[in-house]
Amino acid sequence: MKTETKSRIVVFFLSLLVWILITMVFSIPSLIAGVIMALITAIFAGEMLIITERKFHLKRVWYTIEYLVKFIWELFKANFNVAYIVIHPLLPIKPGIVKVKTKLKRDSALTMLANSITLTPGTLTVDIDVDNQILYVHWIDVKFTDIEQTTEFIGGRFEKLLEEIFE
Amino acid sequence: MPDLAINQIIGYVIICIGVIFDLFGVLGLVRLPDVYNRLQAATKSVTFGSAGILFGVFVYSGFTSMGFKAILCAIFILLTSPVSAHAIAKAAHSAGIKLTDKTVIDLYQEDKELQK
Repeated sequence: MKTETKSRIVVFFLSLLVWILITMVFSIPSLIAGVIMALITAIFAGEMLIITERKFHLKRVWYTIEYLVKFIWELFKANFNVAYIVIHPLLPIKPGIVKVKTKLKRDSALTMLANSITLTPGTLTVDIDVDNQILYVHWIDVKFTDIEQTTEFIGGRFEKLLEEIFE
Repeated sequence: MPDLAINQIIGYVIICIGVIFDLFGVLGLVRLPDVYNRLQAATKSVTFGSAGILFGVFVYSGFTSMGFKAILCAIFILLTSPVSAHAIAKAAHSAGIKLTDKTVIDLYQEDKELQK
């Protein structure tokens, strides 16, 4: 089966599931409306979900769960960090923009890495240089400016997991 | 005290925590010095706070239509809020908005000047 067709079928069933979950009405007219909406979604935006031919590994599911747990924990820490900075009377900040190198190549992986960096303590992705694989990161409390150390400190937490999930 | 089921009490507690973190985010918007630092507070606290409130709504209402809508909104907030933050930060930097005086380093500016 072609990748595009497969992707459309997955999108169709996912949208139908979302429709059923958000309406929670199990009558025939509602389900027919859901099927029509899911079909429209699958026709217009269906080919974007799955873009590569890859085997489904159970290992990737495990890595995704590990990533989510880590991500939520870091998000939690980030919020206490912001709360501490904001309440502190002297505003203990030392902001700056540093560079982070990355090994990831695919767009989806880079987007997830940038999002993860933004939602973790003290860092915010400003720009990505895709050709040189460099992320520019605004850091509220700059500890080191050397590119090797920043890569280890900021990117290292998620990069390995994202490499396993997306590459 | 009205009769509340246990999930409703937990839901209210989570909503309260979310509101508290939203409050920290707002405080950060007022107190921090420049666009970039304010974005830091806005993305982290407001994302966590708003997603927390929506998760509280899910716990409060359980597996109903309202609960699933809340979860869906929370997922979309978590996915889109960092992206809009990148867009604003990049636009601000391109427009030449200066970083605060406390800034120690700006490698982005240096690289931009190198490319010219």
